Amino acid sequence: MNTIVCIKQVPNVKEVKWDPVTGSLIRKGIPSIINPNDRNAVEEALRLREKHGGAVTILSMGPSQVEEALREALAMGADHAVQLTGKEFAGSDTWATSYTLGLAIQKIKDWNLILCGKEAMDGMTAQVGPELAEFLHIPQLTYAVSLDIVEGKARIRQKLGKIQRLLETSLPALVTVEREINEPRIAPMDRIMEAYEIEIPVWGPEDLDGDSELFGLEGSPTRLRKVFSPKVLKGKVEMIPGAPKEAARELIRVLRKKYIL
Amino acid sequence: MPARIDINEYRGCWVFVEQSHGKPARVSLELLGKGRELAQKLDADLTAIVLGDSLGPLPEELIAFGAGKVLFADDPVFRDYNTELYADVIAGQVLERKPEVLIVGATPIGRDLAPRLAFRLNTGCTADCTGLDIDQENRLFVSTRPAFGGNVVATIICPNHRPQMATVRPGVMQLPEKDATRNGEVVPLNILMREQDSRVKILDSVEAESEDGTIEEAERVVCVGMGGADAETFAMIRELAGLLEAEVAATRIAVEAGWLTHDSQVGQTGKTIRPDLYVACGVSGAVQHTAGMSGSKIVVAVNKDPKAEIFNYADYGIVGDLRKVLPALIEELKALKGM
Repeated sequence: MNTIVCIKQVPNVKEVKWDPVTGSLIRKGIPSIINPNDRNAVEEALRLREKHGGAVTILSMGPSQVEEALREALAMGADHAVQLTGKEFAGSDTWATSYTLGLAIQKIKDWNLILCGKEAMDGMTAQVGPELAEFLHIPQLTYAVSLDIVEGKARIRQKLGKIQRLLETSLPALVTVEREINEPRIAPMDRIMEAYEIEIPVWGPEDLDGDSELFGLEGSPTRLRKVFSPKVLKGKVEMIPGAPKEAARELIRVLRKKYIL
Repeated sequence: MPARIDINEYRGCWVFVEQSHGKPARVSLELLGKGRELAQKLDADLTAIVLGDSLGPLPEELIAFGAGKVLFADDPVFRDYNTELYADVIAGQVLERKPEVLIVGATPIGRDLAPRLAFRLNTGCTADCTGLDIDQENRLFVSTRPAFGGNVVATIICPNHRPQMATVRPGVMQLPEKDATRNGEVVPLNILMREQDSRVKILDSVEAESEDGTIEEAERVVCVGMGGADAETFAMIRELAGLLEAEVAATRIAVEAGWLTHDSQVGQTGKTIRPDLYVACGVSGAVQHTAGMSGSKIVVAVNKDPKAEIFNYADYGIVGDLRKVLPALIEELKALKGM
């Protein structure tokens, strides 16, 4: 059972600053973490390895600091990591990201399962998993709350909104995981030091067998046209003064007058 | 990778209609309403595409909700949603008929299907949009979505690839009026597909029974924010909601604190709702939250901080301590009901 886990390094804040001129993220000074859902994907791959053997490889695309995220996943127990870094990759939308990750996975060759988090906490598109599965021409099992390998097949419990489904597919396949699938382990201290000994190959566009026009911003079908702060829609609030009793009475009077009550 | 296409060959707006037992998803109807407006701006047709088993009068119903044409595949093989089979049918139709816009509800199914389709069709898809429009000068589809954690909004275009795709969250667009007098064309798709054509087998499918009503369909909603997230206040919020015949919703922080489940969360990472009455109790009004409720008809905010952002989204505001204001409201409502 050889698994590749795709992870994304994300800024550890809910509100990110952006450059109003270029429209790109200001990452400087903001601590980064492994995207929470992706951490569950790493944990699930490690559990599968404990049951079925094989190796776990972590794959991530990003600026050079993405190495920290890869080291952390290695410290959790992964065997190998591959880093995709190059200025040509910058500005990738989900299509170009999936294309680049897909080419790297083809180069890694010996695998039968791809795991991804359901979505990243910054973009929240949930698109890279399915797009990557399509690139690789393999089935996708999304929103997994449990994952097992049964007689050489992947079986998941899928949380499809209000519907819970049990899905099964042949391997190779791609699975995206929900937060509730497991409780990710904390990297043990001794393993953190060991992880620093593991060599992480860094691949750029020249290492991938792809079309250079399809990487990064140039290869992205979608374009950011503008970024703006959303308008306040109302802004004409009528404040109801007085002590709680009077204010409550007045509020109910106006709501009744508007036929809301 | 597919060769570059001639984008001028692509015309018209499509909506993928999600259905269950012949009943369309509400968001799909909302998108027919928006799609009709987009199609008019493009001076082109609005087409609905729907797959399922025993669809009955659904195709005609979609005409009544605004589609000019309905493409439908009605076969037992399409009873349960299956990524591969659905993607094969829709991608095939898109390649043959060449629509310039394809919109999909951002439901769990839509978010599984749309990116798979987008990659196969070699095009871009903007996820979880909160606004859609047409730039008529450049004949471009313009989608809007919260970006970078939701404190800003981005408009996104897909200039050189077709169809231009987007998923749209439920509740964002208005449900159109049904008009049974509308005429349109209903086209059955005779597609031969077998279950074996998919590598994924659905071994079991169970629909969860939810004990609470859903906040998306509620006409009145009382929302608890961090200012109301203590046991005593929360009990009063429940009582107030009961008297108002309202559902109780929560902000992200209140959900993370364990007061309600994620199903009741309003905002960018939760649901988008537009009830007739929205009562915000101790809600600060972060953009991430207001993105999910600013379409409400009447907003009432109660907060002890007179500078709270939520007042900018409210019609009526009371500055005060919830532990004093809520009992007063409860008492007034009880008196009103003769209790």
